[in-house]
Amino acid sequence: MENLTEHVNKLNLQVRRLFQRLEAELRASVPKMLPQVIAIVLAFAVGAIMLLLTGYNPFEAYAAMLIGAFGDTFGIGQTFAQATPIIFTALAFLFAYKCGLFNIGAEGQFLIGAFFAALVGISFSGLPSFIHIPLALGAGILGGAMWGFVPGVLKAKLGAHEVITTMMLSYVALYITGYMVNYPFKAPGWVAQTVLISPSAWLPQILPPTQLSLSIVVAVLLAVATHYTLCRTTIGYEVRAIGLNPSAAESGGIGIKKGIILALVISGAMAGLGGAGEVLGIHRRFIEGFSPGYGWDGLAVALVGGLNPFGILLASVLFGALRSGGMTMTRTTHVPLDVASILQALVILFVAAPMLIKYLLKRGGVKWSGS
Amino acid sequence: MQGITKSFPGVLANDKIDFAVEKGEIHGLLGENGAGKTVLMSILYGLYKPDEGKISVNGKDVEIDSPRTAMKLGIGMVHQHFMVVPSLTVTENIILGREPTKNRILLDSKKAFDDVKEFCDRYKLQVDLKAPIHALPVGMQQRVEILKALYRGADVLVLDEPTSVLTPPEVQELFKAVSALKNQGKTVIFISHKLREVLAICDRVTVLRRGKVVGTVKANATSLGELARMMVGREVIFKFDKEQPQTRKAVLRVENIQAVDDRGLPALKDIDFDVYAYEILGIAGVEGNGQTELVETLAGIRKATAGKILLNEIDITEASPSKRIQMGTSIVPEDRQKRGLIMGFSVMENIILGSHDQPPFAKGLVRINIKEALNYAKKLMDSLVHGSNGRINVREVLSYARKLVESLILGSRDKTTIAKGFVRLDITQTSDYARRLIEEFSIKTPDKDTLAQHLSGGTQQRVVLAREFSRNPKLIIASQPTRGLDVGATEYVRSRLVDIRSKGCAVLLISADLDEIWALSDRIAVIYEGRIVAVKDPERTSETELGLLMAGGKSD
Amino acid sequence: MVGLIDIINVGLFAATLRMATPIAYGALGGIFSERSGVVNIGLEGMMLTGAFTGVTVSYFIGNPWLGVLAAILAGGLLGLLHGVITVKFAGNQIVSGTGINIFALGFTAYMSQTIWGSRGASDSVQGLPDISIPLLKDIPVIGEIIGTHTPLVYVVLIITVVSFIVLFKTPFGLRIRAVGERPEAADTAGIDVYRTKYICLIISGMLAGLGGAFLSLGQLSLFTYGMTGGRGFIALAAMIFGKWMPFGAFGASVMFGFADALQMRLQALGLLPPQIILMIPYILTVAVLAGVVGKAIPPSNYKPYVKE
Repeated sequence: MENLTEHVNKLNLQVRRLFQRLEAELRASVPKMLPQVIAIVLAFAVGAIMLLLTGYNPFEAYAAMLIGAFGDTFGIGQTFAQATPIIFTALAFLFAYKCGLFNIGAEGQFLIGAFFAALVGISFSGLPSFIHIPLALGAGILGGAMWGFVPGVLKAKLGAHEVITTMMLSYVALYITGYMVNYPFKAPGWVAQTVLISPSAWLPQILPPTQLSLSIVVAVLLAVATHYTLCRTTIGYEVRAIGLNPSAAESGGIGIKKGIILALVISGAMAGLGGAGEVLGIHRRFIEGFSPGYGWDGLAVALVGGLNPFGILLASVLFGALRSGGMTMTRTTHVPLDVASILQALVILFVAAPMLIKYLLKRGGVKWSGS
Repeated sequence: MQGITKSFPGVLANDKIDFAVEKGEIHGLLGENGAGKTVLMSILYGLYKPDEGKISVNGKDVEIDSPRTAMKLGIGMVHQHFMVVPSLTVTENIILGREPTKNRILLDSKKAFDDVKEFCDRYKLQVDLKAPIHALPVGMQQRVEILKALYRGADVLVLDEPTSVLTPPEVQELFKAVSALKNQGKTVIFISHKLREVLAICDRVTVLRRGKVVGTVKANATSLGELARMMVGREVIFKFDKEQPQTRKAVLRVENIQAVDDRGLPALKDIDFDVYAYEILGIAGVEGNGQTELVETLAGIRKATAGKILLNEIDITEASPSKRIQMGTSIVPEDRQKRGLIMGFSVMENIILGSHDQPPFAKGLVRINIKEALNYAKKLMDSLVHGSNGRINVREVLSYARKLVESLILGSRDKTTIAKGFVRLDITQTSDYARRLIEEFSIKTPDKDTLAQHLSGGTQQRVVLAREFSRNPKLIIASQPTRGLDVGATEYVRSRLVDIRSKGCAVLLISADLDEIWALSDRIAVIYEGRIVAVKDPERTSETELGLLMAGGKSD
Repeated sequence: MVGLIDIINVGLFAATLRMATPIAYGALGGIFSERSGVVNIGLEGMMLTGAFTGVTVSYFIGNPWLGVLAAILAGGLLGLLHGVITVKFAGNQIVSGTGINIFALGFTAYMSQTIWGSRGASDSVQGLPDISIPLLKDIPVIGEIIGTHTPLVYVVLIITVVSFIVLFKTPFGLRIRAVGERPEAADTAGIDVYRTKYICLIISGMLAGLGGAFLSLGQLSLFTYGMTGGRGFIALAAMIFGKWMPFGAFGASVMFGFADALQMRLQALGLLPPQIILMIPYILTVAVLAGVVGKAIPPSNYKPYVKE
């Protein structure tokens, strides 16, 4: 009996300490994100100029976006729903990046994960949800992991640059899933999609009528898990060591090849999990072309989020707002939806050059001593 | 150069330096590593801008803002790290930036060749003009650098540590060339930290210490001792008191090791030696004779193509670096920034590198047993599939699921265990250990979480030593351990090596600094072109003999 | 009944050359960029922007050649942007390139919507005419393959040769290679490293833009959303496969062009589902990288060169 109380107390203490640490980390990461904030502001400014030059009213457009994204419960729900898949792909990019790898094929890993999850969703019926859902999610993880494994092995054993291999595999994923959903697994009808997955595999939507599903909880948990893995586990230590200095890591007994493969496998798995979440939580089937480029958004979000899990959570909300608000904006002001992706690209470009921000800050008389 | 001052973050490299060179003289710029010699000359060559001070050439005040300007003024520089483009030919490297053309667009290769050949003949520096640079030996590459400067019309040649990569015969060749240049009316500034050489070739010597000028003397009016005193400022301990080795147990046995370098060329041709407990075996040799590859092979980073390595009679030839560390091998690498430390990691994280995945620094054992996992996965699928028809045994499914997860986390230990390791870092243990070592080794850091890149060179080396020595290793391989360190740090490193030797460790010391080898070694081996050509007792050999052996000569 | 001759025929090889052209433009552009030490992932975006600009200018002015010129300028501008971010501000080259790609995709769709009211496809415009080389086209078989094409196809052949000459037979090419391989050495030799990189990136962008103009003006006479379809990335693969040499890259481009042309024929004949065939060039690229890059050494280390 005493043993149990002891355990519970210890657990309690650990949880409390965990929260304290989380708070401290958050407080530490946020101020470092000044360059990113400036990049965002600059991007919106340039976007406004572009809108003006092509005959639209930027204030109207931005206002419509803001209202659409946060104006009512529906908007907020949609914003977070749109943010969810991006969190997964951003974390995927981040994890690989910490190992010095550029995984820009998160889109492909996302799709494969989504498809695997859909497969499991439609292959079984009558299972209790608490089995079916994890199973489907697990399949998504497996699919994404496979799709990360290939570029991982190619890089580790053959030195093939992962930027190109992951990118190419993205296209392959697009076409393979396209094939699957147009031929063998096509549901009757005109649309290229699978049949509906069993209700037992549905991730509940937590804020109807928005698309927000339990997937966002998974996403947040994954963010915390990523932080923990990177900072407090041997795997994270080794991954970071390889990313910072492969020679020294090798001297320290770390297996570089294994590390690279592991990093890309985990990265792919994360993206795959995101895809699974979308399928199980929103669409409940695999539809061709359902992803409007979540993989690419992930890259942007990872950068804008200052390459740390908590920043990613914040940045993903921003991008989710761009998407959901963008739809409102198009509807009410007829400004093309692509403005959202242009703003995204501008943010990336401004974030790409931290020295640019420092330069501008110096010009503006502010001394920035962060790194 | 008058009143030159230049500082970098945290370091005052040049402190109001006055430096004057006369036409047609060979002027030595002497100082320890980090004294500010290279910085001063980089300012002269337009690579850096001084914070204060002015420069005048031939009586006229000038402002040198780029290498181009320096070259126009007739100042040429041959850097310590050659600035050559490996895949281009000698000719192409020399004419780079001043290429002769026919009709303004196309490269005139023939004229280029002829022009360069003329220079070679004029200054009696022969090189194979058509060869790509990467195929040439270091001495030749340096000649190319000199030719480059001459081709651009240099009247003043600055040579930055030119002998650090040369064999003794090549050094003699260089001296001949420098004298010839002087006879042609050129002025030479000879940067070095090697007392003997500076005294041998220079007319006058200026000594720098910690960014300040200590004095300028005539070479024939001074002595080694005086120069040393000027350079260092106090009596330098040149020899350590050592107890005699107690046992003759061979800790490391290297038998007929062969290995190739990064380019596939043989680097180690037949390495054979032993290192005993309570002994420091010094391997002397000019850089580039296989030392780097030897260390890498012993560390397990480079695969030996033949031969055996035995640690305390256990064959570790095929062992991974990680295993070798666990078995008691510690390495102080020659490039601490590249192989020794992870600059972006904190002191604490660097201190556990190599032992980070073992207790006490890691906890939470995980064992993945693949056969078990597959077995339970199959059983799980079976029970699920049967369940699809409406009759699932939930308890069974759950039980298989649980067993599957277990086999992936803490499966039983047998042949099919594919992964085994400690997963979580124990921060408490790591922090305590780090704090202990910081104190024990007097590591000058604000705290254990400071990033390694913010530490000074000497402090960084202390971190490496702290890490490697505190593992209670059986063998320590120290490669160029005092390179780039000031006198204080150098003495510290050497004293610790002696200390750990007296505790029974076998120490393999690889150094290009002959003084260091002399001071520390119980036995001295000489490596030349991938072979150990001799093993000598320091009491029974001389520097001349060693120099000869290092250059490939035979001893009597 | 479908016979082999329906697939393997002169038309296939002519199409191969056409398909290879945009990839070759991209690959050559990539070579200039990488030889000077900068990875240009943004080739895709530069190509797309070129395609779009060409169509737009042709639409408003009616002259496709001015469209081509505009495409070159637009591509060069993006190349300069990439240069400013990666060289002047030492930004991450891959991030910058990716940003340019996303920007191009969104911007071209946005402008397409603004100008023609449709983000999917523009209106038809005056495209580039095909020309026939008088003597060449009369040679049996070969003449049919290379005798008649839109001029930009012949231009890419010329540019391949010119690229080789510039890189290996001119002082400028020597400097490019020095700057890419050892910027410190080039710097101390008195070469303006930054300027060289800028020029190379502008050339890179211009060539990519030209490739894009070929796609839109030379082939379809209109612009469609994302019409480059990853060719910018295949161009990078072709460049690597060709070991950063102009002739090698061209040869590799022909190989990829062949795969693309073959896929289209098979698809038209209904032999295989389109997706399977569309996958082939991409899988081929991965295979190429797996088999080749192990031995291929890039000409530089892609680190930004920052002076004190």
